[in-house]
Amino acid sequence: MATIDIHSHTTVDHHDEHNHGHAHHGNFFTNYIFSEDHKVIAKQFLITGMAWALIGGCMSVIFRLQLGFPDSNLSWLKPILGGWLTPEGKIDPEFYLALVTMHGTIMVFFVLTAGLSGTFSNFLIPLQVGARDMASGFMNMLSYWFFFLSSSIMFTSIFISTGPAAGGWVIYPPLSALPQAISGSGLGMTLWLVSMALFIVSSLLGSINYITTVINMRTVGMSFTKLPLTIWAFFLTAIIGILSFPVLFAAALLLIFDRSFGTSFYLSDIYIGGEALPNEGGSPILFQHLFWFLGHPEVYIVLLPALGITSEIISTNSRKPIFGYKAMVGSMLFIAILSFVVWAHHMFVTGMNPFLGSIFTLLTLIIAVPSAVKIFNYVTTLWKGNIHFTPAMLFSIGLVSFFLTGGITGIFLGNSALDIQLHDTYFIVAHFHLVMGSASFFGMVAGIYHWFPKMFGRMMNAKLGYIHFWFTFVGVYMVFFPMHYIGIAGFPRRYYSWTNFETFSGFADMNFMISVAAIVTLAAQFIFLFNFIYSIFRGRLASANPWNSNTLEWTTPRHPQHGNWPGEIPTVYRWPYDYSKPGAKDDFIPQHIPYSETPESNLPHENEEIKLEGMGAAIVVEENKH
Amino acid sequence: MNMIIGLGVVLVVGILFMIFRIGNLLEVIKGKKEESDNWNNVNAALFLVFMVGGLGLFFWYSFSHWGSYEPPVASIHGKVTDDLFWLTMWVTVIAFTVIFIAMFWFTYAYRYNKDRKADFFADNHYLEITWTVIPAIVLALLIFKGLRVWTDITGPASKEAVVIEVIGQQFAWTARYPGVKDKELGQHNYRLIDASNEFGLDLRDKNSYDDFKSLTLHIPKGKEVLLKIRAKDVIHSVFLPHFRLKMDAVPGVETHFKFTATKSTQDMRDETGNPNFNYEMACTEVCGKGHFSMRFPVVVDEPDDYDKWMTAQDSWLNQNPDYLKYVPDNLKEAAMIKAGLPLTSISIETTQSVTLK
Repeated sequence: MATIDIHSHTTVDHHDEHNHGHAHHGNFFTNYIFSEDHKVIAKQFLITGMAWALIGGCMSVIFRLQLGFPDSNLSWLKPILGGWLTPEGKIDPEFYLALVTMHGTIMVFFVLTAGLSGTFSNFLIPLQVGARDMASGFMNMLSYWFFFLSSSIMFTSIFISTGPAAGGWVIYPPLSALPQAISGSGLGMTLWLVSMALFIVSSLLGSINYITTVINMRTVGMSFTKLPLTIWAFFLTAIIGILSFPVLFAAALLLIFDRSFGTSFYLSDIYIGGEALPNEGGSPILFQHLFWFLGHPEVYIVLLPALGITSEIISTNSRKPIFGYKAMVGSMLFIAILSFVVWAHHMFVTGMNPFLGSIFTLLTLIIAVPSAVKIFNYVTTLWKGNIHFTPAMLFSIGLVSFFLTGGITGIFLGNSALDIQLHDTYFIVAHFHLVMGSASFFGMVAGIYHWFPKMFGRMMNAKLGYIHFWFTFVGVYMVFFPMHYIGIAGFPRRYYSWTNFETFSGFADMNFMISVAAIVTLAAQFIFLFNFIYSIFRGRLASANPWNSNTLEWTTPRHPQHGNWPGEIPTVYRWPYDYSKPGAKDDFIPQHIPYSETPESNLPHENEEIKLEGMGAAIVVEENKH
Repeated sequence: MNMIIGLGVVLVVGILFMIFRIGNLLEVIKGKKEESDNWNNVNAALFLVFMVGGLGLFFWYSFSHWGSYEPPVASIHGKVTDDLFWLTMWVTVIAFTVIFIAMFWFTYAYRYNKDRKADFFADNHYLEITWTVIPAIVLALLIFKGLRVWTDITGPASKEAVVIEVIGQQFAWTARYPGVKDKELGQHNYRLIDASNEFGLDLRDKNSYDDFKSLTLHIPKGKEVLLKIRAKDVIHSVFLPHFRLKMDAVPGVETHFKFTATKSTQDMRDETGNPNFNYEMACTEVCGKGHFSMRFPVVVDEPDDYDKWMTAQDSWLNQNPDYLKYVPDNLKEAAMIKAGLPLTSISIETTQSVTLK
């Protein structure tokens, strides 16, 4: 079935090539709403993702108000929060949990999965591999609209009277299965599950498309070894997504059965609300295994695209080839594989077999090696570069810095013996917010700054970008770095307040400082928002290749139309990182420049390839005859 | 009042916008190139300032304030865990500092300069092998040490270990002690739970008669303790920060954790100089509205005090004599003796039941 689809679309593409003179005119609906053009779909994902990021960010500030200013009166938030404020002007403890839950769900899935992969995989894969569009434009459109539907349902759940899901973004049953345990496990949880099921459909439709496009629709000469690292990252991310999201779907489905149809997959021996439930024989731990089988790869689904984007941006703006291209691909591949066998490190203290804990410790710490290699390669790429600090570059350096700071604490947490103390404290909050939250968020922002000219044909204001960066970069460190300390002090996460405990009653000043930093950081995002919207309409006009970059997307016109290239799709002759090549007259040589045109800078083995260049074209003609 | 604040905000935003517009216009007039070079230098310098300032703050704060963050350790395995923690800390802090300095130094030193060209340095196998192998070796050492500690901590408890059951429910902890007479916990079944029988004690099991309930977790100093952990409703998690101990309480699954406390509450009061110091147990798995209030007081006694405390406790059955009716007839007398109920009063009941039969 699948192959038939691909073939039919390939034919369409060839058809396009013959009719490249005609622009694709459609009406408003087919162009901007139910569009099948990957660039428009990417923008749809981007705008939706940004809206979600704003909602998720505001939620975090609301619960930071509770943690940093526990005695303040929040009545002024009454117009927004309504009944979720107690009469004394405090946040309701249950709503606090709902906020934490929704913040996690929104940020992990709706912003950093859909917003990041959805935007940049869609936008960049066809442009960077040299394709006119995705393998299936229709599926791509469906992917966005499933995401939109899923978003709408999740958004609706925020406003229902029993509140949205409140059992943590990991929705561990029995808490998430029993409405009598917490009111968010009523309708809110049902909507959460339905929304996530649709989200998974969207994600799978997208991933299948990304994989198919990367495998089948690369332009002539674009071998896998010439793929930009962005594409490698998106490709591996899509594979991880396809293998892991269905498991979450299964987990969610069984939870739906437990909640609505009286099964006992996750429930056993429960006495709640004055009655013993009939469920017996299930295991809540089973859910955790299923959840983290997605949940851990999900970390890399979020992180790898950001790392791919960063590789491209750092290389371009250092005017230097990325150091160790093969090692970068290799480590991503290794990370992708290992990401499936480390899930139980989230479960060291669930009472699972200690021997299993040993195995997962071993595998988890192995994954630190390719991660370290990536950091070293980034740093070496900066070494002896000629660095342009564009806003995108600043955010990319910020990403590497977060990846280092947050990643290194993983060495503590991955070691099961140390995890006993640190598990579910603020140490872990600091760890994952830096290494996957902030790092991926910075990757996304860097990507927006870098590809904005190609998306909208205009430049974003650089100075506002600098201000945005410095406030955000320092702000994020001020928010999350101190959390290591209070984590070591044992402060448990998801606590509404700590004053019930003598052990945790100190450090109110630290929590105050963190909250202030969080507010400043959120405020700085409005600079970005302004810059983004303003620049779409009034930004300086962009040139076709404003960053002097090598990859194929910069060979398209300022406003690429549906089909991307007005003429033939360029043929690729070299890898994407020929920056500052000795002998070359410019400090960059784009991928579509044949070696025969650059005899002055060719390396010995590249001169050999000149002979093949003509033959390559001949092979293409052969292929087209089929 | 709100109007004034609103107007103020609008004004500030308006002024910022004007500054932005004027800045844009000036940029167009002055020409672009030179200024962007200046900004490049500014950003590079800021990275350097960030690196020096950030590391300075990190080291200064850590050294001057560390003592207030690390909870004093009070268990044997906790000491070992802390050693591993510090080993990992040194390894990571050294690696972090070196990479952090290198990264931001390169960022500063190799900022754009129009007279220079970047080095075409795309590959070096020796370098790559080096920085793959070195982290691999260091991590292998940490894993090796970590797994030894882990195996010790999670290994089976000794036969003599003091067994205490901890039960989590929304939103409180209770502890059940096996009683001084048989030193064995009785069977339980969640279907037997009701308002009084909160453990779900199965009174057909003779080990349950002297079990008693406590709303404070008493632990003998210097003896191995095996915590048996369960939950009634949703997942909770036992967290004893001073003992470096954490284990989930899962409904339907019995989990356990063994440890030996090394400092009594009084020892800790002397050590910390805080006469009001108390050990505490917290819940670390989100369990609902009252998650943050699941505090369970913990007392570590000298062994003699612990024994005294144990003997002074009334058994659960003693406190709830109504439940004698669930005890099988042939065990009633044993139950009463074990529970510490006065035989006389109950023996009348027994005879009554016998006559009734």
